Amino acid sequence: MRWFTLSWQAVAAIMLCVLAGFLGPMTQAESDALANPTATFAYPFLNSKSLIFDLILGAAAVSMLRIPRLAAAAALAIGAHVAAWMLLTGIAGFEGTALASYYIILAAAWLLAWRCVTVLSTFKPASRVASVALRLVIPLIFGIWILIIWEAIVRGAGIPFILLPPPSVIGVTIANSIPTLAADVNQTIFKSVVAGYVIGCGCGFLTAILADRVSFLRRGLLPIGNMVSALPIIGVAPIMVMWFGFDWQSKAAVVAIMTFFPMLVNTVAGLAEAGHMERDLMRTYASNYTQTLIKLRLPAAAPFIFNALKINSTLALIGAIVAEFFGTPTVGMGFRISTAVGRMDIDMVWAEIAVAALVGSVFYGLIALAERAATFWHPSVRGG
Amino acid sequence: MNRALENVVPVLTILAGLVVAWYVAAVLLNAPFQRDLDRRAGETPGTMEFIGKTLSQPKPTMPAPHQVAQNFFENTFLRKVTSNRSLVYNAWVTLSSTLLGFAFGTALGILIAVGVVHLTALDRSLMPWIIASQTIPILAIAPMVIVVFAAIGITGLIPKSLISTYLSFFPVAVGMVKGLRSPEIMHLDLMHTYNASSSQVFWKLRVPASVPYLFASMKVAVAASLVGAIVAELPTGAVAGIGAKLLSASYYSQTIDMWSALVAGSIVAALLVTVVGIAGRMVERSMGARPA
Repeated sequence: MRWFTLSWQAVAAIMLCVLAGFLGPMTQAESDALANPTATFAYPFLNSKSLIFDLILGAAAVSMLRIPRLAAAAALAIGAHVAAWMLLTGIAGFEGTALASYYIILAAAWLLAWRCVTVLSTFKPASRVASVALRLVIPLIFGIWILIIWEAIVRGAGIPFILLPPPSVIGVTIANSIPTLAADVNQTIFKSVVAGYVIGCGCGFLTAILADRVSFLRRGLLPIGNMVSALPIIGVAPIMVMWFGFDWQSKAAVVAIMTFFPMLVNTVAGLAEAGHMERDLMRTYASNYTQTLIKLRLPAAAPFIFNALKINSTLALIGAIVAEFFGTPTVGMGFRISTAVGRMDIDMVWAEIAVAALVGSVFYGLIALAERAATFWHPSVRGG
Repeated sequence: MNRALENVVPVLTILAGLVVAWYVAAVLLNAPFQRDLDRRAGETPGTMEFIGKTLSQPKPTMPAPHQVAQNFFENTFLRKVTSNRSLVYNAWVTLSSTLLGFAFGTALGILIAVGVVHLTALDRSLMPWIIASQTIPILAIAPMVIVVFAAIGITGLIPKSLISTYLSFFPVAVGMVKGLRSPEIMHLDLMHTYNASSSQVFWKLRVPASVPYLFASMKVAVAASLVGAIVAELPTGAVAGIGAKLLSASYYSQTIDMWSALVAGSIVAALLVTVVGIAGRMVERSMGARPA
């Protein structure tokens, strides 16, 4: 029995480390310092360089030993992320001086993280909590590495922060401007989006019920609804701003129009979902239209309705923000983005984007949770 | 024949109802301004004359259908195609960035789907982020993307089409993952008994099985791509394109121009979706699919 198993990521990481050691200095400052040994001035990675190399080489070697997979994953995670952390803190203040071996070491650390994710995704934990945790940890590592590579490249290559600020600067901007961001979220989300979303989805739902009752209406509305959902409805934003004024009402109108048709089309499709057997059963119980609708057909349509709610959650956010480009009171996420772009205040733009993405994900997540609670009987939720 | 009639009559009825509702709305929405005008001019027109006036204002709150149709006809057929007021020219500008973005987006979506289907690590780590990526209102950062690209010397078509790419890769990626996983276990087992390599399974089983999914999601993607192109033109002061036309019309309150630009955008969208649908049907037929 062999006492180690090879993995190409770990082998490649070791080879990259060797290559980086061969190439020498990691930054221009270090190369200057080496060329002029009598002068003593600080350069990045003065003390931490060998530690970074040791971490990566050690983690790569340990991960290939025949040890429990959890231990290998832990070693990889620690090696990759501590090395990356030291790379990022080292380069700060020396932006734009990175040489090839800096990027090679970064790539080696990234390969270890990849190996870590590969090891983690072979786990099939028995307990429910562990499997949920695993489902969160794996994408989390991926997301962290997007941020790490972003930060490392922006700082390493010295990209002007005005073009692309690194995540750390964006984080500081968010922390410093919480009152502004809160006011924008309040205006855009809690006034425009929520009102428009409720009105749009509600009207779509009621129209769908009506269309279900009157088959003439259904045959007329469905093809139109399908066509409208391909149209660039967002274009009505300037018209709505002209009609309803600058405040949130016009944005709510845009959101309502955008969310109406997906809801209509999906609900009509969902109402056709209940099978003949079940409908016949309801008829043998002598239940009338309303009873059949509430007790059989709406529950059967629930997966479709939730699908529409999910699609609409994204559409609503986009609709409200874009509508704000056409005129707003001096608050709101779309307003803030367009004025911040005008002032080249790119940090603020990214802060708004991060907040919007967070709010959008929370919105989506809440609907997904509600779906799990409401359609617990559905095969896709039961997992059967 | 009877079947076709049964399907067409309701659609036409509803469309006719919409046009009537549009006219009524136009009269109602334009009436206050017209009343104001008449009062200042000291005129007291009869009801029919008043209604006629509300439907022929130069800058109405809500243009009447015939005004939009007339403006659309003038700007589409009567102007030279090279004129920057021509809707054909503006539609072409938008269409070119839409198509470029759509091509990038489809390629990227297919690439991601192939990776996700073949690498478990990618499946577990990338898929949640692909869904999260669409909760970012990319349309909101379109202006900044374009400003940033302009700063590093990339202007014109590519930044605009990147917005379209971002919007169109998602449906393709999700649809293709579903499509590449659609072969049944029976078929996969059959390939296994043939001792097929994984690339053979991919090319001879998974790819053909995914074609219907690909075209279904490409229909969604091309519509999203057009929306991306239009919005990318909005806030950047782009000189031409349907989005630019919308924005300049909204600055000068030229409502009729605005509506006819919207109509042009809708026609382009309908054409694109139809073309993709026809292409899909042709490909499926040439691959031996039976008409459903």
